[in-house]
Amino acid sequence: MSDPRFFHPIRLLPAVLLLPFLVAGCGRRPAAEAGGAPARQILRMGNSAEPQDLDPQNIQGVPELNISMALFDTLVEMDPHDLHPVPGQAESWTISPDGLTYTFHLRPGLRWSDGEPLTADDFVQSYRRILTPAFAAEYAYLFTSFVRGAKEYNDGTLTDFSQVGIHAPDPRTLVVSLKQPTPFLLKIIACDYVWDAVPVKTIARFGPIDQKGSHWTRAGNLVASGPFLLKEWTPNKRIVVTRNPYYWDAARVKLDSIEFYPIDDQNVEERMFRTGQLDVTYDFLPNKIDTYRRDHPEELRIDAWLGIYYYNINVTKPPFTDARVRRAFALAIDRDELVKDVMRGGQTPAYAVSYPGVSGYAPRAHLTGGIAEARQLLAEAGYPEGRGLPPIELLYNPNQEYNRSVAEAIQAMWRKNLGAAVTLTSQEWKVYLDSMQTGHYQIARAGWIADYPDPNVFLEIYETGNGNNYTKWSNAEYDRLLHEALHAPDEAARYECYQKMDAILVRECPVIPLFYYTKTYALSPRVQGWWPTLLDQHPYKYVSLKN
Amino acid sequence: MNSSPAPLSAPLPPPPAEPVELEAGHSLWSGAWHRLRKNLLALCGGVAVICLALLCAIGPIFAQSYEDQNLDLGAVGPNAAHWLGTDTLGRDLFARMLYGGRISLMVGLVATFVALVIGVSYGAIAGYVGGKVDAAMMRIVDILYALPFTIFVILLMVFFGRNIFLLFFAIGAVEWLTMARIVRGQVLSIKRMEFIEAARALGFGRRRIIFRHVIPNVLGPIIVYTTLTIPAVMLLEAFLSFLGLGVQPPMSSWGALIKDGADKMEEFWWLLVFPGGIFSLTLFSLNFLGDGLRDALDVRSAKD
Amino acid sequence: MLRYIGRRLLEAIPVMFVIITGTFFMQRFVPGGPFTAEKAVTPEVERNLLAYYHLNDPLWKQYADYLWDLTPKRFHPFALTQGFDLKEAFGIDFRPSFKYPNRTVNEIIADKLPVSLELGVLSLGVALAVGLPLGVLAAVKRNSWIDYVCSSVAMTGICVPTFVLGPLLVLAFAIHLGWFNASGWYGPIDRVLPSLTLGSVYAAYIARLTRGGFLEVLHQDYIRTARAKGASEARVIFRHALRGGLLPVVSFLGPAVAGILTGSFVIETIFQIPGLGREFVNSAFNRDYTLILGTVILYAGFIIALNLVVDVVQVWMNPKLKFE
Repeated sequence: MSDPRFFHPIRLLPAVLLLPFLVAGCGRRPAAEAGGAPARQILRMGNSAEPQDLDPQNIQGVPELNISMALFDTLVEMDPHDLHPVPGQAESWTISPDGLTYTFHLRPGLRWSDGEPLTADDFVQSYRRILTPAFAAEYAYLFTSFVRGAKEYNDGTLTDFSQVGIHAPDPRTLVVSLKQPTPFLLKIIACDYVWDAVPVKTIARFGPIDQKGSHWTRAGNLVASGPFLLKEWTPNKRIVVTRNPYYWDAARVKLDSIEFYPIDDQNVEERMFRTGQLDVTYDFLPNKIDTYRRDHPEELRIDAWLGIYYYNINVTKPPFTDARVRRAFALAIDRDELVKDVMRGGQTPAYAVSYPGVSGYAPRAHLTGGIAEARQLLAEAGYPEGRGLPPIELLYNPNQEYNRSVAEAIQAMWRKNLGAAVTLTSQEWKVYLDSMQTGHYQIARAGWIADYPDPNVFLEIYETGNGNNYTKWSNAEYDRLLHEALHAPDEAARYECYQKMDAILVRECPVIPLFYYTKTYALSPRVQGWWPTLLDQHPYKYVSLKN
Repeated sequence: MNSSPAPLSAPLPPPPAEPVELEAGHSLWSGAWHRLRKNLLALCGGVAVICLALLCAIGPIFAQSYEDQNLDLGAVGPNAAHWLGTDTLGRDLFARMLYGGRISLMVGLVATFVALVIGVSYGAIAGYVGGKVDAAMMRIVDILYALPFTIFVILLMVFFGRNIFLLFFAIGAVEWLTMARIVRGQVLSIKRMEFIEAARALGFGRRRIIFRHVIPNVLGPIIVYTTLTIPAVMLLEAFLSFLGLGVQPPMSSWGALIKDGADKMEEFWWLLVFPGGIFSLTLFSLNFLGDGLRDALDVRSAKD
Repeated sequence: MLRYIGRRLLEAIPVMFVIITGTFFMQRFVPGGPFTAEKAVTPEVERNLLAYYHLNDPLWKQYADYLWDLTPKRFHPFALTQGFDLKEAFGIDFRPSFKYPNRTVNEIIADKLPVSLELGVLSLGVALAVGLPLGVLAAVKRNSWIDYVCSSVAMTGICVPTFVLGPLLVLAFAIHLGWFNASGWYGPIDRVLPSLTLGSVYAAYIARLTRGGFLEVLHQDYIRTARAKGASEARVIFRHALRGGLLPVVSFLGPAVAGILTGSFVIETIFQIPGLGREFVNSAFNRDYTLILGTVILYAGFIIALNLVVDVVQVWMNPKLKFE
């Protein structure tokens, strides 16, 4: 019944459709991206996500910071080894004895990449822009908290900018007046991008100065002050920056260009690194760490990172209204096992909120006490062996896979050690944030990465009513100590205040510290001048590639 | 037209040696069952599916715990203590696959059934009734296609909490649309056929015609598409648990296990191979069973 | 037929209106907004942000403003040649994205849609080139070993999900054999692995539905007649059975093509392709209201157009049907 002569022109269709692939497939071998020729110094970095913008006054994330560091310079730079402030655009500065006035002396001959001189007035106009209410800058608080008059200008009560504590008495002098002593101001200026000067005259050519998102940040328009210029910005593909000849320290810069790839999947990033498409990755998966340790240890970097992974506890919801219950749950976790077997990234278990070793500060208070004490505390609070506990829900977001693994491990630990049955809930990122911020949670996973290297970064959160204090915990003594620390006569006195604050946190446990982050990533051995720093910031002017 | 028809007195063929069994009258369903029983591959598929379902339903009683962790052990390959190996938290993979199978099979079958019932009825009614009703119904389908699914799911969770029935609803709400379109297409192509005209001429009401005459004759593509919907549903469930709807850890499902295995396939191959294997086995079985059902229900092809 | 098409285009207007309205309000009731971030903003900054984006206005006013921005107000079609700027050409303003404030939604879609279209067309080509022959062959040789082989090959497209197949192909062909880049979308060679991966799923659906569809018609009376009249098998398949046999595939392809042309989240992530698929999902996760609406409107346009094409094709395929 069937006909063996089953030929018809339509049968050629598959071949015709597949032909272009065959031709393309026979073509050249895929080399590492254009520019991989050994003579040129091109650093290719994985950068995790497409940047929201390249305007330093309109960004908040680390991927944006990585690019902004290449394009814009700061008054004060950071030392590439230990991040202490060194001269940048300002060659020297003086601080008044009361700590309220900072006078910066700019280097002579500073220029923007279009050749225009970079003067102190540029800083004044830049800061005015970020504080303008209509501009609605998210990070304006890094001004409004410290600079005199900034808060009032930013919320519109003050309309005369000359009343704000930022002045340029001459083109090479910038004076900043603070409303309260801010011992870590230089660190903020060095490590954060918010205090960068932006090319105000250029921005004005592309639209009203206080309008976000104009086209001045596009390649070809952007005027830079840092070691590199913006050459190419193809969204979701890559961003290329090339050497800026107008940079004051251009002689020290060895790289010819840097390429940033917004790769949002860590598996993909690792594969690209393996085939030589990338020199540095942004992140690394825990399950690949052992393989790399074994086979390519010279490519694996595990650096300490100034951040803490912890659980927020909503102290207004039972059973966590009782500090004993909170402490019991905090003690009943085997952090060593978490770090060794679940995270595997050489993280340090955290027994206090503050980071040990940040800027010379190490908290003395620790969450000491083991499972026996945890059980006893729980019994004292009225829940012997976990009986009688109301339902408890642990909230986490699934964006990183280890959030789930850590939550599962801790859920098992609480069950085994306390007899407490905790259910896990995964919520999509913004729903999770909203739940935490509106207090609709009992325990929630959280992470906090420092913006600048100072113990204040972690401790200021728990002030009563702080916008980031999702625990709703309030302690008058703690608030008083925080205020006292800011007004302390010297660093030693300030750090003593912090010690007392850490002790309160360990006693009251509004949060459960779990471990301090490490930055795990793959780095090609060709890359030189890339030293581990607590903020994982690597000033590009020291980086070069070996051939 | 023949000019000389065969003479009426032409000799009849001799009667056969043994008595011939007269073909008994069969309804569609009993005839289909007979044909299905003769299809070996389909029977194997059916048996395999039933065995898998039983294994997942009863197996967990005898298997190890799916949630007991052994952090020191970590992920190890198949061995005597753990037949299919362990995952990165030291949990037995075989047990997790059995428990996960419960979830996946339940979600797969129930959600698909919901999508099937809604899609087939909707598509058949739209196709048969035609005219303005059809236009309106299909425009509603267009609208539902375009509305953003992620937001829809998040909204469901906000308003109705997080329970398993919501999962079925969310999945069913998405999967019935293409089924309806396929069914409508098929119905349009048969609705002018003679047997439908005959039914109308006999005075049968629309509902009876649609459900007793139209639908049974478009079952072929429906069955095929159903066997294609089940895996899509299982994988969609994995996406939804990421959003927080559906099973939460430590419980898992095949989709979640496969996703986990895919991320770790270079280091821990068993985490992908075994869940992927059982997933594929189930789908192949359903596939052959579905083909057999389709063949069994196709009256015309049976007579060729 | 033209009257039918005209009527359908008119019907598209209320459909689009309902979709836009539904999406606009749905997305506002979801917890979290475009500015919900891990580091909470201070109240003054939040006030400023909401004022800047007019999110403080009453919701109905925001809705009305948005609808007005979307209505065509002028007619300069030649502006479309420069970057497909709908605002310049027709006065249709999709507004800037919330997440990427220096790009308008129009621009984002205009940049990414061509990439997704290219990937989609290539994948569709692969799917049809593989799926159709497999399905027809399986149907013609029903219940023979050819049928089982073809069906099984087709089934692998479904049993091996794209997030498994993609990395497997990359590991095998890009890393071990070095024939391709591990990811990226630079030259023609980078099109191969993604379109094979994406095409495999659709090939499976097409093969199975084609087999089912052909089996429906291959035993109809008119096919028996054609065979009895001595037509070759090829002629039977391509002249007589094709129209009816492809019916379920065509119905399926309407929304499937809309989906494949607007990108695939999984493929674009695995191969880092700057397409639109990820934006569909990420815009929802980012609560990027304007981009959500932009992508939904685009997708709705595709669905409406493709379902119309499918309906017209179905009538053409079956002479007994009429346009109702």
